[in-house]
Amino acid sequence: MIKLTVNGKPRTVDVEPEMPLLWVLRDVLDVKGPKYGCGIAQCGACIVHLDGKATPSCVLPVSAAAGKKVVTIEGLAQGGRAHPVQTAWIEHQVPQCGYCQSGQIMAAVALLKRNPNPTDKDIDESMTNICRCGTYQRIREAIHAAAKSMPHPSKPTKA
Amino acid sequence: MHNQIKTSRRQFLKQSAAIGGGLTLGFYLPGASVATAAATSSGAGAVGGALPGTEVNAWVVVRPDNIVVIRYARSEMGQGSSTAAPMMVAEELECDWKQVRMEYVSVNEHIRRQRVWGSMLTAGSRTIRESQDYLRRAGANARVMLVTAAAERWSVPASECVAALGTITHTPSGRKLTYGQVADAAGKLEPPKDVKLKDPKDWTIIGKSLARFDIPDAVTGRLRFGIDAQLPGMVYAAVVQTPVIGGTVKSVDASKLKGRRGFIKVVPIESGVAVVADNWWRASQMAKDLAIEWDDGGNGKVTSASILELLRAGLDQPEAPVARKSGDVDAAFKSAAKIIEAEYYTPYAAHATLEPQVCTALVKNGRVDVWTSTQNAEETLKQAAATAGVAPENVEVHRMQVGGGFGRRGSSQDFVRQGVAIAKAMEGTPVKMLWSREQDTQHDFYRPVGLYRLRAALDAEGNPTGWITRIAMPSIDATLLKVQLKGGIDRSAVDGFGDFPYAIPNQRMDYAQRDTHVRVGFCRGVGQSQNPFARECFLDELAHAAGKDPYEFRRALLAREARPLGVLNAAAKAAGWGKPLPPGVFRGIAVTEPYGSFAASVIEVSVSNAGELKIHRIVTALDCGYVVNPDNAIAQTEGNAAFGLNYAHHSEITIKDGRVEQSNFNDYVMLRIAGMPKVEVVLVPSGGFWGSVGEPGIAPITPALCNAIFAATGKRIRSLPLKNQDLKKT
Repeated sequence: MIKLTVNGKPRTVDVEPEMPLLWVLRDVLDVKGPKYGCGIAQCGACIVHLDGKATPSCVLPVSAAAGKKVVTIEGLAQGGRAHPVQTAWIEHQVPQCGYCQSGQIMAAVALLKRNPNPTDKDIDESMTNICRCGTYQRIREAIHAAAKSMPHPSKPTKA
Repeated sequence: MHNQIKTSRRQFLKQSAAIGGGLTLGFYLPGASVATAAATSSGAGAVGGALPGTEVNAWVVVRPDNIVVIRYARSEMGQGSSTAAPMMVAEELECDWKQVRMEYVSVNEHIRRQRVWGSMLTAGSRTIRESQDYLRRAGANARVMLVTAAAERWSVPASECVAALGTITHTPSGRKLTYGQVADAAGKLEPPKDVKLKDPKDWTIIGKSLARFDIPDAVTGRLRFGIDAQLPGMVYAAVVQTPVIGGTVKSVDASKLKGRRGFIKVVPIESGVAVVADNWWRASQMAKDLAIEWDDGGNGKVTSASILELLRAGLDQPEAPVARKSGDVDAAFKSAAKIIEAEYYTPYAAHATLEPQVCTALVKNGRVDVWTSTQNAEETLKQAAATAGVAPENVEVHRMQVGGGFGRRGSSQDFVRQGVAIAKAMEGTPVKMLWSREQDTQHDFYRPVGLYRLRAALDAEGNPTGWITRIAMPSIDATLLKVQLKGGIDRSAVDGFGDFPYAIPNQRMDYAQRDTHVRVGFCRGVGQSQNPFARECFLDELAHAAGKDPYEFRRALLAREARPLGVLNAAAKAAGWGKPLPPGVFRGIAVTEPYGSFAASVIEVSVSNAGELKIHRIVTALDCGYVVNPDNAIAQTEGNAAFGLNYAHHSEITIKDGRVEQSNFNDYVMLRIAGMPKVEVVLVPSGGFWGSVGEPGIAPITPALCNAIFAATGKRIRSLPLKNQDLKKT
């Protein structure tokens, strides 16, 4: 039995310890936001937050998530209010097919948490998710817009 | 009419806030509830079941609360048609866009109602082009019926009534009725004949940037793709397909799977074997432990080099079916002052939809239900019926959001046959079959490999007087669609050459069909993803040989072609063609006529001494006639730039020992955000025709990029992908 917290709820799963977190989420816990794209941590469609850090769930054994907090796209909105990154994604009409966007958004939220005012270069370095539809330009715009919209009193200014 | 549209972000937001209604989270999306709703229903998932109301006609359902449900027959894979198509209906219906909801039509009901919703094929950027007329008529007919019902209730002539924003007003008395109040009566009326459609100048919805219906659910994780289908008691299947394309299974040893946790069954399928287990990860692990002996079907020695030799023989054969001929080409070459000759090459490329092929099916009591990401739901239904051996009337296809289509999920339907075959072997139990990324990369229907030989005759002034093209390429029509080629010509193999717009008096264009065991199919852009590379780069070679500016050279040859000239000029103007660039930055240009639209690009690049390519800017001008949803047209063209850059720089499927060498995104590399240059889209809708937006922007990218590289380095790129080319300055 492996215990973990998914989107604020304690969950217990009876699976092999090496089973990737992605498949525990999708097939055991019916959390479908994280997507399968490659299975080798190349595409980022499966990104979730593990104790707040953007993590590809397709190569993470569920045992490595034991006792930890997992947040997926489903757990991003707080009190029914969309996260500012989600709002920016809608305002900029970012998604096309939408398949990669859960992972893109989770990666962007994690980026803004550690770097509230990222430059284009910062975005290039940390947003390595694949979007086959090619929505990259709008992803970039939406991240900049979300950075502006997020209240951050101690926002560091770039030198 | 040259009405230049530039949608600013602020303008878009204002419009979408006012009209879109999609800005609040939790917007209703039919796909989200389809799997659960259908899983519990034993009947053919009734249209309107989720949103009850009165069907005024096949496309329009009005609820008592005045919500207008507009039905959508094609698929949504990110191209935006599930919003754009309802816009066509709503325009004529005179309803309030804020009250419009979209609903997928039932494929089963479509079959039962004699295909009342027309084609469901979502390919070739055809949804708007093909259905705009009947969609607008459906809206107009419904409006007339609603107005007639109101007039009858008031006992006044319908001519005294007007409809606007979902309300009918009797002008003389000022009385009002909403659509919801008269829908029941309207639904009982005979549909009118020959309703006049609005003049484009009176459109209030078409031409506005409206928020897409599916986006709010895409950003919350609620949007349900094929891979997300979930049914009670469902089991999972992973597949192993023949490593050598076209091979077959000789024997399977599944002894290692006995007693493994979650193991259920091994099922033979078309071109391989499936393992069924209680979750997909277990099934996929077990699939690796199958010992399978394969028969390679005689193709185990084929390599990319042997395929290239086959194509070269196609170039060298004396005669080939002629796709286009004009003037006296031999005479033009005899009297030429200069003859230019070159060969171009484009590799196989994979669709690489981010959602791999997937199909969930339940075969039970002579009925089949399929949940899948498909670009052609009607074909899915037919193939499911044939595979399960039931009548089409006993099949329902539950449409899910398509996690990237790009042509992979249209004509082939191999994943549907496999999924239904497995479900048939598991009768009574729903099965979700999902391909691994490796299976998806190696079992695609690839964009064909192509070899081109081009020859041109120039007169003493450098004007082209003759042009000969020979294309050697596999035929998609002959091998995938299995149709007899008309005059020996594959349509997509010659796309962009058959309808060559340049004023060159003497031309011959022919096609040498060369099929191999590597399956080919329609991959986003299709012929227009590769042929413009040969055409527009060779044209650049002619401009260079003539000592002329490549933009001016094209302008002169397109003087009588208003629309290609229009986008060429628009792209050049927006990019500032002719104006000085920063040191080390150079431009390239190309113009194309893809999918009933016109697209031109100017690309700015620099190449370092070490050969490192940097793309600074892409400007694409698009004329699609009428623009339905400008912001979506811009988004598609931005995405097309990325798709084009993948074709140009990264995409290459190679063959060794009859097998595809690439397997996942570590060796089939994709553009990421760091490689995405700034893209500026200029919409120049000239009106009077309905073009497309889903693919045209791909066509000019590769040639404009390679022409820019020539300007920067003097190196003429004649073979793709660019990652294989040494751009170091010599």
